[in-house]
Amino acid sequence: MNWVWTNFDMIWGLTLSQIWLSVIPIVVGFLLSIPLGYAASRSKAARSILLSAGGILYTIPSLALFVSIPVVIGTSLLDPTNVVIALTIYSVAIMVRSSADAFASVPEPVQDSATAVGFSGWQRFFAVELPLAGPVLLAGIRVVSVSTVSLVSVGSVIGVSSLGFLFTDGFQRNFFTEVWTGIIGTVIIAAVFDLLLVLIGRLAMPWNRRVSDRKLRRVASRSAVPVS
Amino acid sequence: MIEFRNVTKQFPDGTVAVDGFSLVIPSRQFTVFVGSSGCGKTTILRMINRMVEPTSGQVLIDDHDVATGDAVRLRRSIGYVMQQSGLLPHRRVIDNVATVPYLTGVSKKKGRQEAFGLLRTVGLDESLAYRYPAQLSGGQQQRVGVARALAVDPNILLMDEPFGAVDPLVRAELQTELLRLQRDLDKTVVFVTHDIDEAFLLGQHVVIFQKGGIIAQQGSPAEILANPASDFVASFIGADRGKRRLRVSDIAADNGELLLVDGNGHPAGVIETDDPRLGAGTGPKSRSVSNKTDQAGDA
Ligand SMILES: Nc1ncnc2c1ncn2[C@@H]1O[C@H](COP(=O)(O)OP(=O)(O)OP(=O)(O)O)[C@@H](O)[C@H]1O
Ligand SMILES: [Mg+2]
Repeated sequence: MNWVWTNFDMIWGLTLSQIWLSVIPIVVGFLLSIPLGYAASRSKAARSILLSAGGILYTIPSLALFVSIPVVIGTSLLDPTNVVIALTIYSVAIMVRSSADAFASVPEPVQDSATAVGFSGWQRFFAVELPLAGPVLLAGIRVVSVSTVSLVSVGSVIGVSSLGFLFTDGFQRNFFTEVWTGIIGTVIIAAVFDLLLVLIGRLAMPWNRRVSDRKLRRVASRSAVPVS
Repeated sequence: MIEFRNVTKQFPDGTVAVDGFSLVIPSRQFTVFVGSSGCGKTTILRMINRMVEPTSGQVLIDDHDVATGDAVRLRRSIGYVMQQSGLLPHRRVIDNVATVPYLTGVSKKKGRQEAFGLLRTVGLDESLAYRYPAQLSGGQQQRVGVARALAVDPNILLMDEPFGAVDPLVRAELQTELLRLQRDLDKTVVFVTHDIDEAFLLGQHVVIFQKGGIIAQQGSPAEILANPASDFVASFIGADRGKRRLRVSDIAADNGELLLVDGNGHPAGVIETDDPRLGAGTGPKSRSVSNKTDQAGDA
């Protein structure tokens, strides 16, 4: 415990870098998945192409992706951008399925009646389909959030610092206080993110409070793919 | 007046739902489309507000081809109510009613103010205004659907089996109120149902459909009942099964009312009358209405 206090500045610095390394992929992945998921919910062909592509991308081992991105886009090997891009790819890959399911979950009578009373295409998307896709989108982004936070740690193997550094360093020195600090820190970040997402969902979707958590968890577990 | 001129609709998958369909729907009347499932009623109804575009032919409202204007603006000027109310689950009742005014740029304050008036018009308590649709009963949701359709004071109201999913008691109540509304508001109503009793109850002008959007017969309920144009119509309205032929049953109802049964012997109702020729007294035994009248004449 003493070790934690004496090294608090370093741990806090690693925590902050872990946070921003995960926030960017979560947010960008979410935004990208909206148009892709919408397209997938509109056409069978688009759905099968996008979902297969997502599935394939997700099976690339993270380490392989981290080291191949600099080769493709010409960044230096230690550049954190590599990790951010790799995690964004994973995040889109998982999220596109949730997003497709989310838009498909909007009841057809509601869509029809929105058209019937005179919503234009864009109005219908932003005022009807997007908000009603919200609960399933939220379930998906919660899965993405946890998975991204834990994958960021892997980046420390290639020298991009995050709490994951505490695992690698701790193991090398056989110093388990450090390892535990890394693990607990990562879990706390993931839990805080999840809590924030749930709160945002509550505020943005007051009409949805009565929907049971069970239903959402079912959708979320369907979207989750084991991490390689 | 809404006019269909030789309208055909073939869906992308090749289904021809309607072929060479022509019809004139009179203004300010209650017109009912009735027919069994899949005969094209919804398709035809949706061509009026261009949710379905005809493959060929024209749809005119007051001699104006609907295809020439902007579809979104057209839809905002026509009320539409459907079976599963189609309310927006994420908006409160009051804002659902004001949906179309909001779309046309009316402020939230003014929209809600007018929506309260509409809730009263359709017989809903103001205390329900801030609920979400899921917190209402099916019948209440349909009322909100009607209020929403009335919000822009449309000349035309399209209703696609609006009462199909509510229980018979509530349905009867909604039917009565819809009739009152139509008389008070003087709108052109086009109402779709597959229930012939509902069609005859509501419709001033009834159009009976056959498979493929073919009109089997149209006219007032009285005209159709008196003169079914074909065996299909006779069977559809139940005339062939004696469903429409009522006679007085052998069993006396209480307080001298007469129990009526249809051709199959199923009870259909009672006659309430002060007419001594029909009224009880002696207690009818095994007599039809005409027998009873004869007897009264003999006496
Ligand atoms: N989008 C569509 N694509 C292909 N075929 C369709 C489509 N919509 C309707 N049809 C077909 O057109 C025919 C008429 O359908 P429609 O929905 O108009 O019938 P309906 O009289 O309203 O039936 P119901 O009483 O069941 O509502 C049916 O054979 C139906 O399968
Ligand atoms: Mg229909």
